Amino acid sequence: MEYSIRTEQLTKRFGAFTAVDHIDVAVEKGEIFGFLGANGAGKTTAIRMLCGLLNPTSGQGSVAGFDILKETARIRTRIGYMSQKFSLYPDLSVEENLRLYGGLYGLSRKDLDLRIREMGDFLGLRDLLKRVTGSLPWGWQQRLSLACANLHSPEILFLDEPTGSVDPVSRRNFWDLIHRLSAQGTTIFITSHYMDEVEYCHRLSIMIDGRIAAMGSPRDLKREHGCASIHEMFLKLMEHKPLSEPKSLLKPNPSFESKPAAGGTPS
Amino acid sequence: MEPAVAITALAKDHAGERALRGISLDIPNPCLFGLIGADGAGKSTLMNILATLADADSGQVRLLGHDLLKEFPAIRADIGYMPQRFSLYQDLSVLENLDFFADIFGITGEAKNERMEHLLAFAGLTPFKGRRAGLLSGGMKQKLALACTLVHQPRLLLLDEPTVGVDPVARRDFWDMLKSLRAQGISLIVSTPYMDEAALCDSLALLHKGSVLAKGTPAEMLASYPYRLYRVEAAADAKVSTLNYPGDKAPPPGFALIYPSGGALHAAELPGETSGTGDPLQRLRAAVPEAVCATVVPPSLEDCFFALLSRQVDGPEDAAMMAKPNAKSRGKKAAEKSEAGRSADGKKGKA
Repeated sequence: MEYSIRTEQLTKRFGAFTAVDHIDVAVEKGEIFGFLGANGAGKTTAIRMLCGLLNPTSGQGSVAGFDILKETARIRTRIGYMSQKFSLYPDLSVEENLRLYGGLYGLSRKDLDLRIREMGDFLGLRDLLKRVTGSLPWGWQQRLSLACANLHSPEILFLDEPTGSVDPVSRRNFWDLIHRLSAQGTTIFITSHYMDEVEYCHRLSIMIDGRIAAMGSPRDLKREHGCASIHEMFLKLMEHKPLSEPKSLLKPNPSFESKPAAGGTPS
Repeated sequence: MEPAVAITALAKDHAGERALRGISLDIPNPCLFGLIGADGAGKSTLMNILATLADADSGQVRLLGHDLLKEFPAIRADIGYMPQRFSLYQDLSVLENLDFFADIFGITGEAKNERMEHLLAFAGLTPFKGRRAGLLSGGMKQKLALACTLVHQPRLLLLDEPTVGVDPVARRDFWDMLKSLRAQGISLIVSTPYMDEAALCDSLALLHKGSVLAKGTPAEMLASYPYRLYRVEAAADAKVSTLNYPGDKAPPPGFALIYPSGGALHAAELPGETSGTGDPLQRLRAAVPEAVCATVVPPSLEDCFFALLSRQVDGPEDAAMMAKPNAKSRGKKAAEKSEAGRSADGKKGKA
């Protein structure tokens, strides 16, 4: 089996607080993997370690076949990252944003022209290339964000809450794109708070207080927990957990937040 | 009883495009009212007008018995507005944020302390009152923002997509708070992209391209669903349990719509005998080879949303755009959409 992402006992501590607590994850090539959890459960910290933006405290992992401790530079050229925070330049046109990100990834002018054409067709952005990004509806800006993260044809896409504030029709179109990318062999690692759409994932994990509390296909998870939907199962899992302090209290030191994400659009 | 909000023929242009095209809407008092619609349908524009932050071009609004245009200072004392973006002071503590909003509304002395204690308890934030707002979890930030809009005891709350980025448990808690405000006699107008939240409202309006496309209670909306809805599932032991149907592929004969929903597909069968031959399951199987069973299921509000919007398309070109948006007139359509505007921050440039 070819794994795009694999971790063993991956752990991150900030002082006395364990944000990510010995997690084991294995994601196959081309799989759509939903990485779920409450606000502050440790998802973003885990993603940052996988993208090579944050060093683990202990444990190990590989992404696209490279070690997340020693080969972060090689990982970054093979992944795309789209963050929950919008990271495009609203005053630039759609094409200018694409050219900027293509340039950051080191694509040649020729490759960039080709990829902008391909991405433009694939994401339906072709007729919008000259439009000012900030004037587009939110769903379209999200699509452009996805195009920017995907310009350098990454093997793995990390999507951190890509569909927040997106209406049902745009959300459905977005997931259609995700499925097409997956069918082409791109691995998708995605977080969302919208439990209906995560049922479109091939497999899911649910993180609670830094640990993985459940993992499997949506169908198997529902069966195992005797729930009609993932939403119901999520609430059931969370009820067993005492209401704790918000984890963001112990937010990791801010220095890495400003570190440029060479592997994708900066957050 | 006078409605909380009575809107008559309200219109607003935005940079030369119609953002609102003569909307009329009565919102009873009290009511938990949901505004739904696609990006750029006009929800935020309407919210901004009701919050007295933008002027309409024409039409009338009576809000809690006041004329919106002439009596906006009185209205401001009666409404609480929570914008889409987090608007609290990240470096102030929970308590300091509340204190600040109380000062703005001229609440002082013992009344202020009582009010703040009450709101902290209501939002479940009493143990966290000394914490910097920037360090709260997403759900707690939204609860604090709600508490701040309640400081001056408004009679009407306007909440613009308040639960975006909030996890399911915190989202449920937040809606419990909204329902309890509603039970206390406060009216609420909430816009949301989430149809499971829309289902919790007393009444809804679906905006589309600046017009009211549908309105009614969630039950009325569900009852007016025009199709027979099938849930199409893969075999229990299929390798991949999640079915997908490409958005740019036409639905099977006799079906108006087919789209993924919760791991299965939802297929909306056209009424009457337009459907060609064979039983529905066979037609579905021909289009989706992995499908093994199709059961008739009641629609959800999300199904209603798709049905209503898909019937709005003007022609085949428009229909193709809904599924796979790269048809020719896209630029124009997108321009229209963007005018309705997601945000009121005025930074939108024109191409």
